[in-house]
Amino acid sequence: MLNSLDKVCVVIGASHAGVNFAFTLRKEGWEGQIILFDSDPELPYHRPPLSKAYLSAEDNSQLDLLFPKQNYENDTITLNLGKGVVSIDKELKTIITSDGIVQNYDKLVLATGARPFIPPINGIKTAKNLFAMRTLEDAMQIGNAVKNSKTKRVVIIGGGYIGLETAASLKKLGAKVTVLEREHRVLARITAPEMSNFFNKLHKENGVSLLTNKNVTSIKTLENTNTVICDDNTSYLADVIVVGVGIKVNTALAENINLEIENGIKVDATAKTSDANIYAIGDCTSHFNPHYNRFIRLESVQNAVDQAKVAAKAICENEIIYDAIPWFWSDQYDVKLQMVGLSTGYNQVVKRVEEDKEKCLSIWYFKDDELLAVDAVNNGKAYVLGGRFIKGKQKIDKEKLMDSSVKITPISFLLN
Amino acid sequence: MALITFITSDNETKIVEGHSGSVMELAVNNKIKGIDGDCGGVCSCATCHVHVQPEQWDKVGTPNEMESDMLEFDDNVSKYSRLSCQMQVTDNLDGIILKVAK
Repeated sequence: MLNSLDKVCVVIGASHAGVNFAFTLRKEGWEGQIILFDSDPELPYHRPPLSKAYLSAEDNSQLDLLFPKQNYENDTITLNLGKGVVSIDKELKTIITSDGIVQNYDKLVLATGARPFIPPINGIKTAKNLFAMRTLEDAMQIGNAVKNSKTKRVVIIGGGYIGLETAASLKKLGAKVTVLEREHRVLARITAPEMSNFFNKLHKENGVSLLTNKNVTSIKTLENTNTVICDDNTSYLADVIVVGVGIKVNTALAENINLEIENGIKVDATAKTSDANIYAIGDCTSHFNPHYNRFIRLESVQNAVDQAKVAAKAICENEIIYDAIPWFWSDQYDVKLQMVGLSTGYNQVVKRVEEDKEKCLSIWYFKDDELLAVDAVNNGKAYVLGGRFIKGKQKIDKEKLMDSSVKITPISFLLN
Repeated sequence: MALITFITSDNETKIVEGHSGSVMELAVNNKIKGIDGDCGGVCSCATCHVHVQPEQWDKVGTPNEMESDMLEFDDNVSKYSRLSCQMQVTDNLDGIILKVAK
């Protein structure tokens, strides 16, 4: 099958997952066509820097490409950019593009990702300079709007990673930034209160106004100025508004052909959907994680890249099981946060502060005696070792772990 | 301009020419096996680990704290380990030989 030149693999979505899939598929020996479609017109780029280094850069003409154009040509990977896919016919094995072209496939890969959720707030559609943060276009528009504004008042709705990274980057551009978070602390859904406190303090030190228990109910816009109004009757003036309250998974194409959906497109351990010729990878998938023994959906580069490799190998009949400990990172000001594992279900947190270093700490999430996840702030050692301990299901001496006089080494916290 | 030699874990040798950017980017763009650079070069993933030849260590210099923290407990660390995303391609690196870590 692999040696057949007339086979066609179509990939819908050309970001981290779709692009890494395409190159791996070629490397694994697929000799037929590889055709990618994406509605984004740009040559595929790294997304994480958009809210970080890219947004705060004075000169944002330098785009961080996933691969240079030449590599697609060398591997005969066809990129159809600025062209979405509107429907799939799984019986005929064809897709139809936004400009009405019908393309057949032997294998189809859905790397459709997710889109920002825009909450139903009164006036949100008529607000001036209101943006989400997901694509290069979003980042460019936000950057330009801030640079072109005299007063540079920015309100960010949502105190998650996207909101906080955007806040830090825009602060660097000289903006006056207010973050409005609906919960009683930032990063509430994903981290322990200790981490929320740390980031709360960090942003305050850097002059960002970070407000919690702020449920935005409406936005009023007069000429170029927005007023963001909360349910406690407070209001905030904004020249620019950034919405970062989460995402919606792009499942419509899959739903329309009745693929199994459950909090994302459901795939097996080889990234195959309920249709034998269709795979799904990246942010859009609900997949089984063997370590945590449950179905999960992840929004991360690690998941996109690793699942892409699994799918490419499966299609080339070199099956491997997707079994990874998830990892993530976030950069804000001079702080590097690295996270490994999934903390969901934790019932105890151990906070470790390294004495000899400033702003160097780690939060270790346990469910009883099992280490589930580690959040490491400026602490690569805790991140690397945490990942290893999670994977190896190592039992940890929590007393030693929280004792900063016990040096962090591969063996110092282990219980026999 | 620098000619950089990569030796992969299955002993394939590839010499590539670099002008700017990081050594990791140069490796990814030239499809050097074993260098992934998943995080895009921000010292977060350690998927671009290389070993420098001891006699060339001075050309490369020592890692900063963030990088050495990531490397210290890596399974395949050596005295001459670097994360190639933290190495900039300069004329100074001309002739360097880098072994891709397992």
